Amino acid sequence: MTTAIEIRNINKQFVLRHTRSLKEALVWLIRGRKGDLSKKFHALRDLSIDVEHGETVALLGLNGSGKSTLLKHISGVMLPDSGTVRTGGRVAGLIEVGAGFHPDLSGRDNVYLNGAILGMTEAQIKEKFDSIVEFAEIGEFIDTEVKFYSSGMYLRLAFSVAVHTDPDVFLVDEILAVGDEPFQKKCLAKIKELAAAGKTLIVVSHDLDLVAHVCDRGILLEHGSVVMDGPVGDVISRLRNR
Amino acid sequence: MTNGRTSPTDQDAERALVAPGTGNGLADVFRSRFLLKLLVRKELRIRYRGSVLGLLWTYVKPGVQFVAFYVALGVFLGLEQSPTNRGGLPNYAVYLFSGIILVNFFTESLSTATRSIVNNSGLINKIYLPRELFPVSSVWVSAVHFLPQMFVLVVACLFSGWRPGLVEAYTAVAGFLIIALLATGLGLFFGAANVYFRDSENFVDLLLMVATWVSPVLYSWRMVQAKAGDLWFSVYQLNPITIAVESFHHAFWLPTTAGAEGSPPNLVTLWIPVGLLVSLLILFLGQWTFRRLEGRFAQEL
Repeated sequence: MTTAIEIRNINKQFVLRHTRSLKEALVWLIRGRKGDLSKKFHALRDLSIDVEHGETVALLGLNGSGKSTLLKHISGVMLPDSGTVRTGGRVAGLIEVGAGFHPDLSGRDNVYLNGAILGMTEAQIKEKFDSIVEFAEIGEFIDTEVKFYSSGMYLRLAFSVAVHTDPDVFLVDEILAVGDEPFQKKCLAKIKELAAAGKTLIVVSHDLDLVAHVCDRGILLEHGSVVMDGPVGDVISRLRNR
Repeated sequence: MTNGRTSPTDQDAERALVAPGTGNGLADVFRSRFLLKLLVRKELRIRYRGSVLGLLWTYVKPGVQFVAFYVALGVFLGLEQSPTNRGGLPNYAVYLFSGIILVNFFTESLSTATRSIVNNSGLINKIYLPRELFPVSSVWVSAVHFLPQMFVLVVACLFSGWRPGLVEAYTAVAGFLIIALLATGLGLFFGAANVYFRDSENFVDLLLMVATWVSPVLYSWRMVQAKAGDLWFSVYQLNPITIAVESFHHAFWLPTTAGAEGSPPNLVTLWIPVGLLVSLLILFLGQWTFRRLEGRFAQEL
Protein backbone atom coordinates (compact mmCIF):
# COMPACT_ATOMS: atom_id res chain seq x y z
CA MET A 1 0.00 0.00 0.00
CA THR A 2 1.15 3.50 -0.79
CA THR A 3 0.35 6.73 0.96
CA ALA A 4 -2.49 8.76 -0.50
CA ILE A 5 -2.51 11.64 1.94
CA GLU A 6 0.20 12.69 4.35
CA ILE A 7 -0.56 15.50 6.74
CA ARG A 8 2.14 16.61 9.14
CA ASN A 9 1.55 19.01 12.02
CA ILE A 10 -0.56 21.50 10.15
CA ASN A 11 -1.86 24.62 11.79
CA LYS A 12 -4.40 27.03 10.43
CA GLN A 13 -5.54 30.26 11.95
CA PHE A 14 -8.26 32.44 10.54
CA VAL A 15 -8.13 36.13 11.12
CA LEU A 16 -11.62 37.33 11.73
CA ARG A 17 -11.21 40.91 10.73
CA HIS A 18 -14.03 43.13 11.82
CA THR A 19 -13.23 45.85 9.38
CA ARG A 20 -10.68 47.23 7.01
CA SER A 21 -12.06 50.66 6.42
CA LEU A 22 -10.12 53.79 7.21
CA LYS A 23 -12.99 55.27 9.17
CA GLU A 24 -13.23 52.35 11.59
CA ALA A 25 -9.47 52.24 12.08
CA LEU A 26 -9.46 55.96 12.86
CA VAL A 27 -12.25 55.60 15.40
CA TRP A 28 -10.32 52.75 16.98
CA LEU A 29 -7.18 54.90 17.26
CA ILE A 30 -9.03 57.86 18.73
CA ARG A 31 -10.72 55.70 21.34
CA GLY A 32 -7.32 54.69 22.63
CA ARG A 33 -7.01 51.39 20.74
CA LYS A 34 -9.54 49.61 22.89
CA GLY A 35 -10.29 46.09 21.78
CA ASP A 36 -8.81 44.31 18.81
CA LEU A 37 -9.38 45.22 15.21
CA SER A 38 -9.00 41.55 14.39
CA LYS A 39 -9.65 38.31 16.19
CA LYS A 40 -7.89 35.03 15.55
CA PHE A 41 -9.50 31.66 15.38
CA HIS A 42 -7.56 28.41 15.48
CA ALA A 43 -9.25 26.16 12.91
CA LEU A 44 -6.66 23.40 12.80
CA ARG A 45 -4.19 22.73 15.57
CA ASP A 46 -1.04 20.66 15.09
CA LEU A 47 -2.94 18.04 13.13
CA SER A 48 -1.28 14.96 11.59
CA ILE A 49 -2.99 12.22 9.59
CA ASP A 50 -1.84 9.52 7.20
CA VAL A 51 -4.18 7.84 4.76
CA GLU A 52 -3.22 4.90 2.57
CA HIS A 53 -4.57 4.35 -0.93
CA GLY A 54 -7.79 2.35 -0.81
CA GLU A 55 -8.84 3.44 2.66
CA THR A 56 -12.31 4.80 3.35
CA VAL A 57 -12.14 7.43 6.04
CA ALA A 58 -14.94 9.31 7.79
CA LEU A 59 -14.13 12.69 9.29
CA LEU A 60 -16.41 13.12 12.27
CA GLY A 61 -16.99 15.88 14.74
CA LEU A 62 -19.42 18.56 15.73
CA ASN A 63 -20.00 21.73 13.74
CA GLY A 64 -16.93 23.93 13.70
CA SER A 65 -14.49 21.17 14.60
CA GLY A 66 -12.48 21.75 11.42
CA LYS A 67 -13.71 18.97 9.12
CA SER A 68 -14.43 21.09 6.08
CA THR A 69 -11.31 23.18 6.61
CA LEU A 70 -9.28 19.98 6.64
CA LEU A 71 -10.86 18.88 3.35
CA LYS A 72 -9.96 22.24 1.82
CA HIS A 73 -6.35 21.68 2.82
CA ILE A 74 -6.34 18.26 1.20
CA SER A 75 -7.80 19.60 -2.04
CA GLY A 76 -5.35 22.51 -2.10
CA VAL A 77 -7.96 25.24 -1.90
CA MET A 78 -6.32 26.37 1.34
CA LEU A 79 -2.68 26.26 2.37
CA PRO A 80 -1.61 25.59 5.98
CA ASP A 81 0.11 28.29 8.06
CA SER A 82 2.69 25.73 9.17
CA GLY A 83 3.21 22.02 8.60
CA THR A 84 2.88 20.15 5.32
CA VAL A 85 0.17 18.46 3.31
CA ARG A 86 1.12 16.08 0.52
CA THR A 87 -1.15 14.00 -1.66
CA GLY A 88 -0.49 11.19 -4.11
CA GLY A 89 -2.49 10.73 -7.30
CA ARG A 90 -5.33 12.88 -8.49
CA VAL A 91 -7.58 14.34 -5.83
CA ALA A 92 -11.10 15.51 -6.66
CA GLY A 93 -13.84 16.82 -4.48
CA LEU A 94 -17.52 16.17 -4.41
CA ILE A 95 -17.56 19.34 -2.38
CA GLU A 96 -20.77 21.29 -2.88
CA VAL A 97 -21.48 19.82 -6.27
CA GLY A 98 -22.41 22.27 -8.93
CA ALA A 99 -20.03 25.01 -7.82
CA GLY A 100 -18.87 25.35 -11.42
CA PHE A 101 -22.31 25.23 -12.99
CA HIS A 102 -23.64 28.25 -14.79
CA PRO A 103 -27.45 28.58 -14.99
CA ASP A 104 -27.40 30.18 -18.45
CA LEU A 105 -25.50 27.36 -20.12
CA SER A 106 -27.09 24.16 -21.38
CA GLY A 107 -26.64 20.89 -19.52
CA ARG A 108 -24.20 19.79 -22.21
CA ASP A 109 -22.00 22.88 -21.89
CA ASN A 110 -22.07 22.56 -18.12
CA VAL A 111 -20.92 18.96 -18.27
CA TYR A 112 -17.91 20.01 -20.33
CA LEU A 113 -17.14 23.06 -18.23
CA ASN A 114 -17.49 21.28 -14.90
CA GLY A 115 -15.59 18.23 -16.09
CA ALA A 116 -12.70 20.46 -17.15
CA ILE A 117 -12.84 22.37 -13.87
CA LEU A 118 -12.56 19.08 -12.00
CA GLY A 119 -9.48 18.22 -14.03
CA MET A 120 -10.75 16.05 -16.88
CA THR A 121 -9.29 16.32 -20.36
CA GLU A 122 -11.40 16.91 -23.47
CA ALA A 123 -11.01 13.27 -24.57
CA GLN A 124 -12.05 11.96 -21.15
CA ILE A 125 -15.20 14.06 -21.10
CA LYS A 126 -16.15 13.02 -24.62
CA GLU A 127 -15.63 9.38 -23.74
CA LYS A 128 -17.74 9.56 -20.59
CA PHE A 129 -20.37 12.01 -21.77
CA ASP A 130 -23.10 9.45 -22.49
CA SER A 131 -22.47 7.66 -19.26
CA ILE A 132 -22.70 10.95 -17.33
CA VAL A 133 -26.05 11.83 -18.91
CA GLU A 134 -27.39 8.36 -18.38
CA PHE A 135 -26.40 8.26 -14.72
CA ALA A 136 -27.99 11.67 -14.11
CA GLU A 137 -31.23 10.55 -15.81
CA ILE A 138 -31.41 13.87 -17.65
CA GLY A 139 -32.20 12.43 -21.06
CA GLU A 140 -33.63 14.88 -23.60
CA PHE A 141 -33.12 17.90 -21.30
CA ILE A 142 -29.36 17.82 -21.78
CA ASP A 143 -29.53 20.68 -24.31
CA THR A 144 -31.84 22.79 -22.15
CA GLU A 145 -30.39 25.62 -20.08
CA VAL A 146 -29.69 24.50 -16.55
CA LYS A 147 -31.78 27.30 -15.02
CA PHE A 148 -34.90 25.48 -16.20
CA TYR A 149 -33.91 22.27 -14.41
CA SER A 150 -35.60 21.21 -11.20
CA SER A 151 -33.26 21.33 -8.23
CA GLY A 152 -33.14 17.54 -8.24
CA MET A 153 -32.09 17.38 -11.89
CA TYR A 154 -29.47 20.02 -11.28
CA LEU A 155 -27.90 18.13 -8.38
CA ARG A 156 -28.07 14.82 -10.21
CA LEU A 157 -26.18 16.15 -13.18
CA ALA A 158 -23.58 17.83 -10.99
CA PHE A 159 -23.09 14.69 -8.92
CA SER A 160 -22.87 12.59 -12.05
CA VAL A 161 -20.07 14.74 -13.51
CA ALA A 162 -18.17 14.60 -10.24
CA VAL A 163 -18.28 10.81 -9.87
CA HIS A 164 -17.15 10.38 -13.45
CA THR A 165 -13.93 12.35 -12.98
CA ASP A 166 -12.22 9.14 -11.87
CA PRO A 167 -9.67 10.48 -9.38
CA ASP A 168 -7.57 8.39 -6.99
CA VAL A 169 -8.75 10.24 -3.93
CA PHE A 170 -12.35 11.36 -3.49
CA LEU A 171 -13.31 14.06 -1.04
CA VAL A 172 -17.01 13.91 -0.17
CA ASP A 173 -18.58 16.70 1.86
CA GLU A 174 -22.25 16.42 2.86
CA ILE A 175 -23.49 15.69 -0.59
CA LEU A 176 -25.06 12.32 -0.08
CA ALA A 177 -28.38 14.06 0.43
CA VAL A 178 -28.76 14.50 -3.31
CA GLY A 179 -32.14 14.22 -5.01
CA ASP A 180 -35.00 11.88 -4.15
CA GLU A 181 -34.64 8.57 -2.36
CA PRO A 182 -34.10 6.33 -5.39
CA PHE A 183 -31.33 8.62 -6.61
CA GLN A 184 -29.78 8.80 -3.13
CA LYS A 185 -29.59 5.03 -3.12
CA LYS A 186 -28.00 5.12 -6.54
CA CYS A 187 -25.41 7.64 -5.34
CA LEU A 188 -24.64 5.58 -2.31
CA ALA A 189 -24.26 2.47 -4.44
CA LYS A 190 -21.92 4.40 -6.75
CA ILE A 191 -19.79 5.55 -3.84
CA LYS A 192 -19.57 2.03 -2.46
CA GLU A 193 -18.64 0.83 -5.91
CA LEU A 194 -15.79 3.37 -5.99
CA ALA A 195 -14.60 2.20 -2.59
CA ALA A 196 -14.72 -1.41 -3.75
CA ALA A 197 -12.67 -0.44 -6.81
CA GLY A 198 -9.90 0.65 -4.45
CA LYS A 199 -10.46 4.42 -4.52
CA THR A 200 -9.60 6.38 -1.44
CA LEU A 201 -12.59 8.10 0.12
CA ILE A 202 -12.64 10.90 2.66
CA VAL A 203 -16.21 11.51 3.77
CA VAL A 204 -17.61 14.32 5.87
CA SER A 205 -21.19 13.81 6.94
CA HIS A 206 -23.44 14.22 9.93
CA ASP A 207 -25.46 11.21 8.86
CA LEU A 208 -23.69 8.72 11.15
CA ASP A 209 -25.54 5.63 9.95
CA LEU A 210 -24.62 6.37 6.38
CA VAL A 211 -20.99 7.00 7.29
CA ALA A 212 -20.83 3.73 9.18
CA HIS A 213 -22.20 2.05 6.09
CA VAL A 214 -19.59 3.48 3.68
CA CYS A 215 -16.39 3.91 5.70
CA ASP A 216 -14.06 1.60 7.62
CA ARG A 217 -11.98 4.13 9.49
CA GLY A 218 -13.18 7.06 11.55
CA ILE A 219 -11.32 10.15 12.68
CA LEU A 220 -12.87 12.34 15.35
CA LEU A 221 -11.97 16.01 15.31
CA GLU A 222 -12.49 18.46 18.13
CA HIS A 223 -11.42 22.12 17.99
CA GLY A 224 -9.11 21.37 15.11
CA SER A 225 -7.27 18.41 16.61
CA VAL A 226 -7.60 14.66 16.24
CA VAL A 227 -9.03 13.20 19.44
CA MET A 228 -9.67 9.68 18.20
CA ASP A 229 -8.64 7.60 15.20
CA GLY A 230 -9.90 4.04 14.82
CA PRO A 231 -12.57 1.73 13.37
CA VAL A 232 -15.57 3.79 12.35
CA GLY A 233 -18.00 1.99 14.70
CA ASP A 234 -15.93 2.81 17.79
CA VAL A 235 -15.50 6.44 16.81
CA ILE A 236 -19.23 6.86 16.18
CA SER A 237 -20.18 5.37 19.54
CA ARG A 238 -17.75 7.72 21.25
CA LEU A 239 -19.27 10.68 19.41
CA ARG A 240 -22.77 9.56 20.37
CA ASN A 241 -21.90 9.10 24.04
CA ARG A 242 -20.61 12.58 24.52
CA MET B 1 -7.30 -0.79 -10.35
CA THR B 2 -5.01 -0.43 -13.31
CA ASN B 3 -7.03 0.79 -16.23
CA GLY B 4 -5.00 -0.95 -18.90
CA ARG B 5 -3.43 2.17 -20.36
CA THR B 6 -1.06 2.96 -17.53
CA SER B 7 1.52 0.44 -16.42
CA PRO B 8 2.13 0.00 -12.67
CA THR B 9 5.30 2.09 -12.80
CA ASP B 10 3.46 4.93 -14.51
CA GLN B 11 0.87 4.79 -11.80
CA ASP B 12 3.51 4.95 -9.08
CA ALA B 13 5.00 8.01 -10.73
CA GLU B 14 1.56 9.61 -10.95
CA ARG B 15 1.03 8.91 -7.29
CA ALA B 16 4.23 10.53 -6.05
CA LEU B 17 3.38 12.75 -3.11
CA VAL B 18 3.09 16.42 -3.97
CA ALA B 19 1.83 19.40 -2.04
CA PRO B 20 -1.66 20.36 -3.30
CA GLY B 21 -2.54 23.93 -4.06
CA THR B 22 0.86 25.04 -5.31
CA GLY B 23 0.89 25.63 -9.03
CA ASN B 24 3.24 27.01 -11.63
CA GLY B 25 1.30 30.17 -12.33
CA LEU B 26 0.84 31.10 -15.96
CA ALA B 27 2.52 27.88 -17.10
CA ASP B 28 -0.45 26.01 -15.60
CA VAL B 29 -2.82 28.17 -17.60
CA PHE B 30 -1.11 26.98 -20.75
CA ARG B 31 -1.48 23.40 -19.55
CA SER B 32 -5.20 23.89 -18.92
CA ARG B 33 -5.91 25.49 -22.29
CA PHE B 34 -9.00 23.33 -22.78
CA LEU B 35 -10.49 24.76 -19.59
CA LEU B 36 -9.40 28.23 -20.68
CA LYS B 37 -11.21 27.74 -23.98
CA LEU B 38 -14.39 26.67 -22.17
CA LEU B 39 -14.22 29.60 -19.75
CA VAL B 40 -13.83 32.03 -22.64
CA ARG B 41 -16.72 30.43 -24.52
CA LYS B 42 -18.89 30.58 -21.39
CA GLU B 43 -18.12 34.26 -20.89
CA LEU B 44 -18.91 35.04 -24.54
CA ARG B 45 -22.23 33.21 -24.32
CA ILE B 46 -23.44 34.82 -21.14
CA ARG B 47 -22.15 38.36 -21.63
CA TYR B 48 -24.99 39.41 -23.90
CA ARG B 49 -27.56 36.86 -22.78
CA GLY B 50 -31.13 38.04 -23.08
CA SER B 51 -30.23 40.98 -25.30
CA VAL B 52 -31.64 41.50 -28.78
CA LEU B 53 -28.47 42.90 -30.32
CA GLY B 54 -26.20 40.30 -28.70
CA LEU B 55 -22.65 40.45 -29.98
CA LEU B 56 -23.62 43.46 -32.12
CA TRP B 57 -23.14 45.53 -28.96
CA THR B 58 -19.41 45.20 -29.50
CA TYR B 59 -19.92 47.29 -32.66
CA VAL B 60 -22.54 49.68 -31.32
CA LYS B 61 -20.65 50.81 -28.21
CA PRO B 62 -17.39 51.87 -29.86
CA GLY B 63 -19.38 53.19 -32.82
CA VAL B 64 -21.38 55.64 -30.72
CA GLN B 65 -18.31 56.60 -28.72
CA PHE B 66 -16.43 57.24 -31.94
CA VAL B 67 -19.14 59.45 -33.43
CA ALA B 68 -19.40 61.52 -30.24
CA PHE B 69 -15.65 62.09 -30.04
CA TYR B 70 -15.37 62.74 -33.76
CA VAL B 71 -18.03 65.42 -33.77
CA ALA B 72 -16.94 67.07 -30.52
CA LEU B 73 -13.19 66.98 -30.98
CA GLY B 74 -12.69 66.60 -34.71
CA VAL B 75 -15.32 69.06 -35.92
CA PHE B 76 -16.08 71.45 -33.04
CA LEU B 77 -12.61 71.67 -31.49
CA GLY B 78 -10.98 71.59 -34.93
CA LEU B 79 -8.65 68.62 -34.61
CA GLU B 80 -9.51 67.42 -38.11
CA GLN B 81 -7.73 68.91 -41.10
CA SER B 82 -10.02 70.58 -43.60
CA PRO B 83 -9.64 73.26 -46.30
CA THR B 84 -10.50 75.90 -43.70
CA ASN B 85 -8.46 74.29 -40.92
CA ARG B 86 -4.95 73.54 -42.16
CA GLY B 87 -3.48 72.88 -38.73
CA GLY B 88 -5.54 69.75 -37.98
CA LEU B 89 -4.74 66.08 -38.44
CA PRO B 90 -5.42 64.57 -41.86
CA ASN B 91 -7.80 61.61 -41.85
CA TYR B 92 -8.71 62.32 -38.22
CA ALA B 93 -11.47 59.67 -38.29
CA VAL B 94 -8.95 56.88 -38.89
CA TYR B 95 -6.56 58.40 -36.36
CA LEU B 96 -9.27 58.49 -33.70
CA PHE B 97 -10.77 55.07 -34.40
CA SER B 98 -7.47 53.17 -34.43
CA GLY B 99 -6.58 54.61 -31.03
CA ILE B 100 -10.02 54.21 -29.48
CA ILE B 101 -10.41 50.52 -30.23
CA LEU B 102 -7.00 49.73 -28.76
CA VAL B 103 -7.66 51.70 -25.57
CA ASN B 104 -11.11 50.09 -25.34
CA PHE B 105 -9.47 46.68 -25.52
CA PHE B 106 -7.26 47.70 -22.61
CA THR B 107 -10.13 49.19 -20.61
CA GLU B 108 -12.38 46.17 -20.98
CA SER B 109 -9.57 43.68 -20.27
CA LEU B 110 -8.32 45.35 -17.14
CA SER B 111 -11.73 46.16 -15.75
CA THR B 112 -13.04 42.59 -16.12
CA ALA B 113 -9.75 40.97 -15.06
CA THR B 114 -9.68 43.03 -11.86
CA ARG B 115 -13.14 41.76 -10.92
CA SER B 116 -12.59 38.20 -12.18
CA ILE B 117 -11.25 36.69 -8.94
CA VAL B 118 -13.95 38.11 -6.70
CA ASN B 119 -16.66 37.25 -9.24
CA ASN B 120 -15.53 33.63 -9.34
CA SER B 121 -15.24 33.31 -5.57
CA GLY B 122 -17.75 30.44 -5.60
CA LEU B 123 -15.31 28.30 -7.53
CA ILE B 124 -12.10 29.50 -5.92
CA ASN B 125 -13.55 28.73 -2.48
CA LYS B 126 -14.32 25.14 -3.30
CA ILE B 127 -12.12 23.70 -5.99
CA TYR B 128 -8.44 24.13 -6.64
CA LEU B 129 -7.60 25.19 -10.18
CA PRO B 130 -4.98 27.57 -11.56
CA ARG B 131 -6.57 30.86 -10.54
CA GLU B 132 -4.62 32.78 -13.16
CA LEU B 133 -7.18 31.31 -15.57
CA PHE B 134 -9.74 33.94 -14.60
CA PRO B 135 -7.79 37.13 -15.37
CA VAL B 136 -6.29 35.52 -18.48
CA SER B 137 -9.70 34.45 -19.79
CA SER B 138 -11.01 38.00 -19.17
CA VAL B 139 -8.28 39.43 -21.40
CA TRP B 140 -8.97 36.73 -23.96
CA VAL B 141 -12.70 37.54 -24.06
CA SER B 142 -11.86 41.21 -24.59
CA ALA B 143 -9.56 40.24 -27.44
CA VAL B 144 -12.45 38.39 -29.07
CA HIS B 145 -14.58 41.52 -28.75
CA PHE B 146 -11.70 43.57 -30.16
CA LEU B 147 -11.48 41.48 -33.33
CA PRO B 148 -14.60 42.73 -35.14
CA GLN B 149 -13.59 46.34 -34.41
CA MET B 150 -10.20 45.57 -35.86
CA PHE B 151 -11.97 44.30 -38.97
CA VAL B 152 -13.92 47.56 -39.31
CA LEU B 153 -10.69 49.51 -38.96
CA VAL B 154 -8.95 47.49 -41.67
CA VAL B 155 -11.87 47.96 -44.08
CA ALA B 156 -11.96 51.72 -43.37
CA CYS B 157 -8.20 51.95 -43.91
CA LEU B 158 -8.37 50.08 -47.22
CA PHE B 159 -10.97 52.59 -48.45
CA SER B 160 -8.63 55.42 -47.42
CA GLY B 161 -5.87 53.99 -49.59
CA TRP B 162 -4.04 51.91 -46.99
CA ARG B 163 -1.33 49.66 -48.42
CA PRO B 164 0.56 48.14 -45.48
CA GLY B 165 4.14 46.93 -45.61
CA LEU B 166 6.19 44.74 -43.28
CA VAL B 167 6.97 47.56 -40.83
CA GLU B 168 3.26 48.34 -40.54
CA ALA B 169 2.45 44.69 -39.82
CA TYR B 170 5.16 44.63 -37.15
CA THR B 171 3.97 47.78 -35.38
CA ALA B 172 0.34 46.58 -35.46
CA VAL B 173 1.21 43.24 -33.84
CA ALA B 174 3.53 44.95 -31.35
CA GLY B 175 0.83 47.44 -30.37
CA PHE B 176 -1.63 44.65 -29.70
CA LEU B 177 0.93 42.60 -27.75
CA ILE B 178 1.95 45.53 -25.56
CA ILE B 179 -1.67 46.08 -24.54
CA ALA B 180 -2.45 42.37 -24.05
CA LEU B 181 0.62 41.78 -21.84
CA LEU B 182 0.09 44.97 -19.89
CA ALA B 183 -3.60 44.22 -19.26
CA THR B 184 -2.80 40.67 -18.13
CA GLY B 185 -0.05 41.85 -15.79
CA LEU B 186 -2.11 44.64 -14.24
CA GLY B 187 -5.17 42.35 -14.18
CA LEU B 188 -3.28 39.74 -12.15
CA PHE B 189 -2.03 42.41 -9.78
CA PHE B 190 -5.29 44.26 -9.20
CA GLY B 191 -7.39 41.10 -9.36
CA ALA B 192 -5.41 39.60 -6.47
CA ALA B 193 -5.37 42.87 -4.53
CA ASN B 194 -9.14 43.16 -4.98
CA VAL B 195 -9.64 40.07 -2.83
CA TYR B 196 -8.15 41.89 0.14
CA PHE B 197 -9.16 45.45 -0.62
CA ARG B 198 -12.18 46.17 -2.77
CA ASP B 199 -10.69 49.64 -3.21
CA SER B 200 -8.72 47.99 -5.97
CA GLU B 201 -11.55 47.97 -8.49
CA ASN B 202 -12.40 51.59 -7.78
CA PHE B 203 -8.77 52.54 -8.23
CA VAL B 204 -8.72 50.69 -11.56
CA ASP B 205 -11.86 52.53 -12.68
CA LEU B 206 -10.08 55.77 -11.94
CA LEU B 207 -7.02 54.63 -13.85
CA LEU B 208 -9.10 53.63 -16.87
CA MET B 209 -10.96 56.92 -16.87
CA VAL B 210 -7.63 58.72 -17.33
CA ALA B 211 -6.11 56.14 -19.72
CA THR B 212 -7.77 57.57 -22.84
CA TRP B 213 -6.50 61.07 -22.08
CA VAL B 214 -2.87 60.44 -21.11
CA SER B 215 -2.14 58.81 -24.46
CA PRO B 216 -2.37 60.48 -27.88
CA VAL B 217 -5.73 58.92 -28.76
CA LEU B 218 -7.71 62.11 -29.29
CA TYR B 219 -4.89 64.60 -29.92
CA SER B 220 -1.50 64.47 -31.64
CA TRP B 221 1.77 63.60 -29.90
CA ARG B 222 3.23 66.80 -31.40
CA MET B 223 1.03 68.89 -29.12
CA VAL B 224 2.55 67.15 -26.08
CA GLN B 225 6.07 67.60 -27.36
CA ALA B 226 5.47 71.28 -28.08
CA LYS B 227 4.12 72.03 -24.59
CA ALA B 228 6.17 69.66 -22.45
CA GLY B 229 9.63 69.79 -23.98
CA ASP B 230 11.87 66.89 -24.86
CA LEU B 231 12.57 65.60 -21.37
CA TRP B 232 8.95 65.40 -20.23
CA PHE B 233 7.97 64.06 -23.61
CA SER B 234 10.33 61.11 -23.00
CA VAL B 235 8.61 60.50 -19.67
CA TYR B 236 5.24 60.66 -21.46
CA GLN B 237 6.57 58.13 -23.96
CA LEU B 238 7.43 55.59 -21.23
CA ASN B 239 3.73 54.74 -20.83
CA PRO B 240 3.23 51.44 -22.70
CA ILE B 241 -0.31 52.45 -23.71
CA THR B 242 1.10 55.57 -25.38
CA ILE B 243 3.60 53.47 -27.32
CA ALA B 244 0.92 50.97 -28.32
CA VAL B 245 -1.42 53.70 -29.57
CA GLU B 246 1.40 55.30 -31.56
CA SER B 247 2.26 51.88 -33.01
CA PHE B 248 -1.32 51.51 -34.19
CA HIS B 249 -1.24 55.01 -35.68
CA HIS B 250 1.98 54.11 -37.44
CA ALA B 251 0.43 50.92 -38.82
CA PHE B 252 -3.04 52.08 -39.82
CA TRP B 253 -3.26 55.85 -39.94
CA LEU B 254 0.12 57.12 -41.16
CA PRO B 255 0.09 55.14 -44.48
CA THR B 256 -3.30 56.70 -45.33
CA THR B 257 -1.86 60.24 -45.06
CA ALA B 258 0.87 62.02 -46.99
CA GLY B 259 3.15 61.16 -44.08
CA ALA B 260 3.88 64.76 -43.15
CA GLU B 261 2.72 64.26 -39.56
CA GLY B 262 5.08 61.36 -38.92
CA SER B 263 5.48 59.18 -35.85
CA PRO B 264 7.48 60.15 -32.76
CA PRO B 265 11.25 59.86 -33.34
CA ASN B 266 12.66 56.35 -32.83
CA LEU B 267 9.22 54.80 -32.40
CA VAL B 268 9.96 51.62 -34.33
CA THR B 269 13.58 51.13 -33.27
CA LEU B 270 13.50 52.27 -29.65
CA TRP B 271 10.07 52.90 -28.16
CA ILE B 272 8.31 49.72 -29.32
CA PRO B 273 10.98 47.47 -27.76
CA VAL B 274 10.81 49.63 -24.62
CA GLY B 275 7.03 49.25 -24.52
CA LEU B 276 7.22 45.49 -24.91
CA LEU B 277 9.84 45.33 -22.18
CA VAL B 278 7.86 47.47 -19.73
CA SER B 279 4.74 45.36 -20.38
CA LEU B 280 6.67 42.12 -19.82
CA LEU B 281 8.11 43.53 -16.61
CA ILE B 282 4.63 44.42 -15.37
CA LEU B 283 3.42 40.94 -16.34
CA PHE B 284 6.17 39.34 -14.22
CA LEU B 285 5.44 41.70 -11.36
CA GLY B 286 1.72 40.94 -11.59
CA GLN B 287 2.33 37.19 -11.63
CA TRP B 288 4.73 37.47 -8.69
CA THR B 289 2.27 39.41 -6.51
CA PHE B 290 -0.58 37.14 -7.58
CA ARG B 291 1.31 34.05 -6.43
CA ARG B 292 2.18 35.64 -3.12
CA LEU B 293 -1.43 36.57 -2.45
CA GLU B 294 -3.34 33.57 -3.89
CA GLY B 295 -2.59 31.28 -0.93
CA ARG B 296 -5.15 33.11 1.17
CA PHE B 297 -7.80 33.70 -1.50
CA ALA B 298 -10.11 30.95 -0.21
CA GLN B 299 -10.28 32.28 3.33
CA GLU B 300 -10.58 35.95 2.38
CA LEU B 301 -13.34 35.62 -0.18
